[in-house]
Amino acid sequence: MQSTANRDLLVGLFVLMGLGLIGYLSLQVGGLSIRDSGGLILYATFDDIGGLSPRSAVRIGGVRVGRVKAIDLDADLRARVLLDLDRGLELPVDSAAAIRTSGLLGDQFIALEPGAEEELLVSGEEFAFTESAVNLDKLIGSVVHGDGLGGGD
Amino acid sequence: MTGGIRRLGAATLAEIAEIGEVVRFGGRILRATTRPPSRWRFFLAAVYDAGVLSAALIAASAITVGFVLGLQLYNTLSRFGAGDSLGTAVGLSLIRELGPVLTALLVTGRAGSAITAEIGAMRTSQQLDGLRMMAIDPIHFIIMPRATALAFVMPLLSAIFVVLGIFGAYLIGVELLGLDAGSYIAGLETAVEFRSDVLQSLVKSLVFGLLLGLIATWRGYSCEPHSAGVSRATTSTVVTASICILLADYLLTALWSI
Repeated sequence: MQSTANRDLLVGLFVLMGLGLIGYLSLQVGGLSIRDSGGLILYATFDDIGGLSPRSAVRIGGVRVGRVKAIDLDADLRARVLLDLDRGLELPVDSAAAIRTSGLLGDQFIALEPGAEEELLVSGEEFAFTESAVNLDKLIGSVVHGDGLGGGD
Repeated sequence: MTGGIRRLGAATLAEIAEIGEVVRFGGRILRATTRPPSRWRFFLAAVYDAGVLSAALIAASAITVGFVLGLQLYNTLSRFGAGDSLGTAVGLSLIRELGPVLTALLVTGRAGSAITAEIGAMRTSQQLDGLRMMAIDPIHFIIMPRATALAFVMPLLSAIFVVLGIFGAYLIGVELLGLDAGSYIAGLETAVEFRSDVLQSLVKSLVFGLLLGLIATWRGYSCEPHSAGVSRATTSTVVTASICILLADYLLTALWSI
């Protein structure tokens, strides 16, 4: 009987560990959210999102505060990005969103610049100021063809 | 001339007939799961044999595979100056492919063969007939708990494999090669998706477990009742299950990427 009880304990531990690791893989690594965020949901519209993709990071001053939840085209055929930000984050209404790259060729992420207004953005609102991704191809092209840096569009 | 063709025809028919038998056998196991009593104690014992006792093997293999992946992928990636993507590469290859497949192959060798040999020995010593004499269905009493246990433990063992493999590659990449721990973890978490990667991994290992449970119990149940028959059935479990697992892996990967 003692050995059966021991065996059951080991089986229980094994199952708990397996389920725990499946949970870790799904929630932490796979980014599945069981709570329907409940965080701050904001929109940002860009002319060019470059290599930004769902699950890309959103950062303020390099600190991760959320992620890109979805990307689609709006009625004016501009890229509309849905940001899922941490609960309790307080962003002034004149905050800006910019697409940046970590390193020269690294992952792209959205950098938020908090503004100075008293009034705060609430869920469902949109960033008033956005800055598109720097397109390295265009940049190189403009240098090669002698249009000069920063010129063009 | 016609003799050769006739033998080919007979072999083909025998093969098709066996596939039909296996499908019916699977159906009987499936029906047995819904019939009381639940054979809960036998299921637990089979989970202990197939799962708990395989965990050490799975853990040791996973760490080793993680070490190798860390070294090999770093070697490849650093040629493109992308050494920092090690977390992404390790995570995706382990979760989508190596975790479920290697776990299934290891469990086939470790537990599947043992189950075939056990059931084959029961058949050889006429214990299955003895059960029938007592009006106990051997499918319900012997086969069903073992087949379901194999299908149950496979995703759990695969998750252990994946996490320890990622950890092994982390040790190599971060502690030995000096990559940044943050970019390893961030690369992993940004690249891995639930639906396309983690769910695929779980479905794969569940399918492999079902396949192995069916093949291992069928080979034991249908083995020729003598010692050479048991040994042939055990070998055949490992061969058939390995091929079926690899084939199913290809099909599932192809279906998932549609």
